[in-house]
Amino acid sequence: MNVYVELFLSFAKIGILTFGGGLAMLPMLKYELVYKREWVTEDEILNYYAVGQCTPGVIAVNVATFIGHKKAGIVGGIIGTLGMITPSVILITILATILTNIMDQPIVASALVGIRGVVCALLINTVYILAKASIEDIWCGIIFVIVILAGFFLQLPSVAIVIISGILGVLIQKFLKKGEINR
Amino acid sequence: MTYLILVYEFFKIGLFAIGGGSATLPFLMNLTEKYDWFTATQLTDLVAISESTPGPLGVNMATFAGYHAAGIPGAILATLSLVFPSVVIILIIAKFLENFSKNQTVQSIFYGIRPAVAGLIAVAVYELLRISLIVMQNGKTSLRIPVAIMCLVVLVLLQVKQLKKLHPGIWLLGAAIVGVVLRL
Repeated sequence: MNVYVELFLSFAKIGILTFGGGLAMLPMLKYELVYKREWVTEDEILNYYAVGQCTPGVIAVNVATFIGHKKAGIVGGIIGTLGMITPSVILITILATILTNIMDQPIVASALVGIRGVVCALLINTVYILAKASIEDIWCGIIFVIVILAGFFLQLPSVAIVIISGILGVLIQKFLKKGEINR
Repeated sequence: MTYLILVYEFFKIGLFAIGGGSATLPFLMNLTEKYDWFTATQLTDLVAISESTPGPLGVNMATFAGYHAAGIPGAILATLSLVFPSVVIILIIAKFLENFSKNQTVQSIFYGIRPAVAGLIAVAVYELLRISLIVMQNGKTSLRIPVAIMCLVVLVLLQVKQLKKLHPGIWLLGAAIVGVVLRL
């Protein structure tokens, strides 16, 4: 099989079989790409995740780009990514078409009341997990609180907050912590 | 014109949403204020659908949001625009991977960005909670009791060790059934 076709199909398969994306995809990636196809090693995948977590964009997509690139260069990176997103795009578009038409049915409305409650709970839980993982010390805690306050009282665009906090990170490490990074 | 704006907005999200799918949430929240593509309530439903369908959360949300904004072409454009910046960046990084994640400055930048992203997501979640839990009618505000109870119950259940790893789709399906049976 052509390497590009193989790349596309493997990632399409991973894309359609994982729910939740990101970390939920790790076991699937390992099975499909490390054990079955031997395209990458386990260590390499973890490195990709580390970088994917601190670069822009969806982590699953970042990892697909990395592995595709390793297997077949730049075109491989693009094909791997397209393979990863194609099933989602098709599936979600179909769902969206159906949903807009049935959203007003009473039975769907009842289901949505329950679903919205669960979404609220899942979101609160996500914030809790993220805050716990990202607040390493008092300085991170201060950034976290300031961003929340800024979100409520100033209408700063999220882009500005990401850039400013990146600069703050550098300044804190340089002047307050003298570069002792404990990760 | 909508297409161009869509491409621009999702390109921006793809470039600045660091830390995976849920990091796109605050940006999508901003979109509800700027355009009439979708409402904040629809955004909650969108999260539910993206969580319970296969594929990366961020991609699903972009497809769904793009569809609401401009139909099927919108769905495809939004998703491609979202992944474009990250594909370019990753392809560049892939050339010198080893040095990138070990670089002191890169680590310092992300040391600062990580808690900020958590804060941004917290604010977006607060907004979504307010919209889902509180109704304004005839100038009076009241709590949507069924949604609030459902939220509290699941939040408590989520702290149980055995239930933590349960797939979000299972919670959503269960909640849909409870909603229909109790006629909430």
